[in-house]
Amino acid sequence: MGRMKIIPDAKKKELQQILEISGENVKDCMQCGKCTAGCPASSSMDILPHQVIRLLQLGQLDKVANSQTIWSCASCFTCTTRCPRNIDLAKLMEAVRLTIIRSKGSSRLKADDVPGKIDPKMPQQAIVSGFRKYNK
Amino acid sequence: MKFSYYPGCTLKTKAQELEKFALNSAAALGVELEEQKEWQCCGAVYPLAEDEIGTKLSSVRALAEAAQKNEKLITLCAACHHVIKRVNEDMKTKDDVKNKVNNYLQLAQDYQGEAEVIHYLEMLRDEIGFDKLAEKVTNPLTNRKIGAYYGCLLLRPAETMNFDDPENPSIIEEFIKALGATPVKYPYRTECCGGYLSLDNKELAQEMTDNIMKSALKNEVEELVTACPLCKYNLENKNGKIAISYFTELLAEALGVKE
Repeated sequence: MGRMKIIPDAKKKELQQILEISGENVKDCMQCGKCTAGCPASSSMDILPHQVIRLLQLGQLDKVANSQTIWSCASCFTCTTRCPRNIDLAKLMEAVRLTIIRSKGSSRLKADDVPGKIDPKMPQQAIVSGFRKYNK
Repeated sequence: MKFSYYPGCTLKTKAQELEKFALNSAAALGVELEEQKEWQCCGAVYPLAEDEIGTKLSSVRALAEAAQKNEKLITLCAACHHVIKRVNEDMKTKDDVKNKVNNYLQLAQDYQGEAEVIHYLEMLRDEIGFDKLAEKVTNPLTNRKIGAYYGCLLLRPAETMNFDDPENPSIIEEFIKALGATPVKYPYRTECCGGYLSLDNKELAQEMTDNIMKSALKNEVEELVTACPLCKYNLENKNGKIAISYFTELLAEALGVKE
């Protein structure tokens, strides 16, 4: 008999939520590491992109949700484009971010924070995308 | 040649040059771009969550209006193009999105992805043709070594954007060539500049633009062009060793309509 993965019941609902929001099946991942190899933001990630999927496979959502990694992802879709198993890791990162910021009062970027983060040259596009990514 | 035109928020504010030079050039090329009357901000990032509908509505409104006029919809900003094109794909392929959006919008006729959204560069390549464009150049940009900075949003995900080869694109190099300049390919031209990270994690965005600039410098790029206001901002923020401008500025210059 092969190894069994035991996912605690308490985490099943949250994991299901991630899979529903992302529409991605983490079981498809074979851990080839192409996502990590090409990620332009990996230098500031505490958990590497392929490890994010591995942890989700194992049901260890807390480690992913508490990581710096999900906030370092720039949604550049390099991993999405290169995955040989057609997993959209950018969507998984987004789903984990959303499980956090969709809770009341948990937005990462609040309107009051904006003046301290912008400068006169910054385009509207940056602020609009920041709000869409970090505020619900 | 007439198109519906979707400008987007940044083109009316910090990226006015991107629009001005595009409109001047279009007029010189005999292309009519009619700005949509009540366009709404696209939201700048495509909503990646499968269960989000509200953030897709502004794109559908723009697409439905173009469809109703039976015109192709032209975009200039890479982010607007990305968002509108991906929402259009959802309206074609995802029944739940299509049903919910149409139930909400109550348009005269249900929208099901009939419109075609094309980026200004695609208009130059596919509707006019780079060979025809070259014939209209009055002020060739001879001896200028120009690097294309593609960034992410026009290219990826490749199956939906269908813009060019996502790993080895050539459309902007062909564009540069048509204007009489010398395109210079460098490895990091499709790498991410950090995008919205410049708001939340400036250090990381800086590191990412550093890598791009080093790659361009190493390959003796003398100037860079882009189609994205946020890419331009991020790349300008670093050291400023290579000037970066919008592709439309080059176009207007080569067509003799840069005022």
